[in-house]
Amino acid sequence: MGFIIKKDQWINLAIVAATLWFIWFAQTHLDEYTVRILNNIAIFIILAVSYNLINGVTGQFSLEPNGFVAIGAYVAALLLLDADAKEYQYDIESPYPWVLALQANFVWALFFAGTFSALLALALSFPVFRVRGDYLAIVTLGFGFIIRILAINNPEITNGSLGLNDIPEFSNLYWTGGVALLAVIAILNIVDSKFGRAMKAIRDDEDAAIAMGVNTFKIKTMAFCTSAFLEGVGGGLLAALLTSISPDLFTFFLTFQLLIIIVLGGLGSTTGAIIGTVLVMGGSEWMRFLDEPMNIFGIVETPAMPGMRMVVFSIILIFVMLFAREGIMGKRELKDLFKKKRGES
Amino acid sequence: MDFLTFMQQMVNGFSLGSMYALIAIGYTMVYGVLRLINFAHGDIMMVGAFLGYFGIAVLDLPFAAAALLAVVGSATLGMLTDKIAYKPLRNAPKISLLITAIGISFFLENAFNVFFGGVPRAFPVPDYMSHILNLGGLVFSVSSLLVPIVTLILLGGILWVLFKTKYGMAIRALAFDVNTVNLMGIDANRIIMIVFGMGSALAAVGGVFWALNYPTVEPMMGVLIGLKAFAAAVVGGIGSVTGAVLGGFIIGFTEVVVIAFMPELGGYKDAFAFVFLILVLLFKPTGILGYDFEKSRF
Amino acid sequence: MILKVDKVTKNFGGVTAIKETSFSVAPKEIYGLIGPNGAGKTTMFNIITGNYEASEGEVFFRNETLHGLKPHQIVRRGVARTFQNIRLFKSMSVLDNVLIGFDFQARYSFAESILRLPRFFGEEKRIRAKAMEILKYLGIEKFAEHKATDLSYGQQRKVEIARALATNPELLLLDEPAAGMNPAETKELADLIYKAREDFDLTVLLIEHDMKFVNQLCDRVLVLDYGKSIFEGKPSDAIKDPEVVAAYLGDFIHD
Repeated sequence: MGFIIKKDQWINLAIVAATLWFIWFAQTHLDEYTVRILNNIAIFIILAVSYNLINGVTGQFSLEPNGFVAIGAYVAALLLLDADAKEYQYDIESPYPWVLALQANFVWALFFAGTFSALLALALSFPVFRVRGDYLAIVTLGFGFIIRILAINNPEITNGSLGLNDIPEFSNLYWTGGVALLAVIAILNIVDSKFGRAMKAIRDDEDAAIAMGVNTFKIKTMAFCTSAFLEGVGGGLLAALLTSISPDLFTFFLTFQLLIIIVLGGLGSTTGAIIGTVLVMGGSEWMRFLDEPMNIFGIVETPAMPGMRMVVFSIILIFVMLFAREGIMGKRELKDLFKKKRGES
Repeated sequence: MDFLTFMQQMVNGFSLGSMYALIAIGYTMVYGVLRLINFAHGDIMMVGAFLGYFGIAVLDLPFAAAALLAVVGSATLGMLTDKIAYKPLRNAPKISLLITAIGISFFLENAFNVFFGGVPRAFPVPDYMSHILNLGGLVFSVSSLLVPIVTLILLGGILWVLFKTKYGMAIRALAFDVNTVNLMGIDANRIIMIVFGMGSALAAVGGVFWALNYPTVEPMMGVLIGLKAFAAAVVGGIGSVTGAVLGGFIIGFTEVVVIAFMPELGGYKDAFAFVFLILVLLFKPTGILGYDFEKSRF
Repeated sequence: MILKVDKVTKNFGGVTAIKETSFSVAPKEIYGLIGPNGAGKTTMFNIITGNYEASEGEVFFRNETLHGLKPHQIVRRGVARTFQNIRLFKSMSVLDNVLIGFDFQARYSFAESILRLPRFFGEEKRIRAKAMEILKYLGIEKFAEHKATDLSYGQQRKVEIARALATNPELLLLDEPAAGMNPAETKELADLIYKAREDFDLTVLLIEHDMKFVNQLCDRVLVLDYGKSIFEGKPSDAIKDPEVVAAYLGDFIHD
């Protein structure tokens, strides 16, 4: 038994070392286009593993990511932009004095981005987790719209529909990859603890979990807030990568993409979420041709907006649910593949 | 605000509320029999509105025939989604069903977007529908008067089916216990299909009315309306048809009245339903008329 | 008295599932709750465990009322249960199923689990050892790493009991523990409950249809019929009681 744990630890260390080396190598040796894609993948890994925590591990169907990513992006952007830059670009209304005063370095900006998201998640937990039923999904879906409405209607804070521009470009692969690595480790550690066990128990049978003395409200809230925290941080990284954000950037499509990622990878598997991210992000690049203004259907109005790609995405999602519900990894993790034991079906 | 303006807003609220109510009934019935939030329901309404549009603009049908096309087409689509996407997942974990529903919703929105474009299309409202009536200073179009009247007639019909027919009793029984329905010698899957058909048909009526009053159709129109109608169903008490209608009216009236009294909140119009949803979940999760389904678990 | 059910009534809408039922269970007693189908036995369980709120009356555990407590709080006070139809955590190993029972007894924080601080390892080691002890006690330790649902029916029952024992209960509620078991398994289960009472200082309240099992095991029984208690006393006397016989006969006729 002791030997196996040691071997596991060696494997883990080797994976961490290899990841760190790859981050360094990619940042210093690869071309700008590839680095950009890798940055996107790293941020999406953060989002996917945290989304998987509430949806896959805890089994609570939620549609929250676009809302919390938006929150995180705005909080980070407001903290990173200095007063002059804000004064200069707020065209609809002049910013409140406290908005001008917001200022922090990148680490604190990311921390506050996550914390603010987590606090909002905590507030949402009370209406949705105290009652049974699947209200989480509908409330989080509505939340995404509300965030957009708030962003548009409060130009003194958010510059309204114009969004925020010239955000300092702090994000690079050291940041995105580093945070992704930490996020994955944190999530894996949570899943492999009494908290993760309780989350899985709630997913498998909530009544039985209660009968074991599990405080299901607390556990669900923890999973939701953890997801929201990391999604907020991911949003902050995204803002500092794109350098400009607007309310229309964080549509439901973002959430839908993440849903496909975790379903394809295997709901409940963090390893699967990572594999799913690479597949979907890669496939998404590859499928761009679908969105080109090709008019084989004889209809003129297919502008350069994602259209066909989304149809394909939704068909994939339905197909996986109907015919391959376990996705690629099922509920297994990388370490389960090393064990010579029958996997979960 | 003078009395006339007030009455005017009442009429508007009644009309808007009716449309939410028509769509909310489908949510509440499907939730009753399957415990499923049918995310695709709002999009079925969108398809209904589009079918009405095609009926008039492309096929040159009279309004009534186009509306019938919308109702029949949507009902078929609703039953088809159940058969293709939901039925195979009856014994699967609940989350699979919900994810599939989101998938269907996204598919419908984007397929319509790709094939018919995202630009809103003007709905060809028949002249007699947009005819303006003036009743002692109260001004409204024929269509905004028609909406609540038809809603009330349909509601009467639905309640009659639910409470007076064998299938209706089976639908209500299914909401509580599948076994009872099997004991009645009725195939539960058949009942579920009927529920999808009925709900989708009502959604199509709502969609066509919506297109009449806000005379455009576009692929994403079902998202927000659907969300609000679901909120209406929860406010009224999920599982209860009368509750769904009540919830629809409450949300419709609130949107109209709050904006009439406080125009500065206009930008937040779409958020009211959500605020209602949160408040109801916090203080009375079973809604106004709802039954506490979750107590029948053990 | 470790458990006291005081004039409990439960209405569902217009239907009265339990009517003014009272009984008390002494420490280390094995007490049976019997009666025809639909007599309100499982409803009574759900009231004791806090899943239902009694319409009237109150339940006391160790002389303290359970009124207003959430189900998980009642478990933490020492009332554990099993389910009529086995409800194991399907995706988890047998050991993990039992570890869920230690959830509230493992003393480390969320941060400690993320940062993998020493207390995390110490506590995990402690509860794992205790969980293995319970599995050994029930003779299923060799299945610890198996998926719970891969086990035979009888073994799954044992996992459910192991899981309940893991919550360190003083009062154990067993809902038809022998259902679906063959006579040999039933006998083994009866022996196990008997022995566990001594080894874990348990009080047992059980629902069971198998009268032989009840006879063999229970110190006292309460017979419920249509939500009313019609007999309390020794199981051997229960089957001689005319009212009890009538209730069961009615049940047979209805079946």
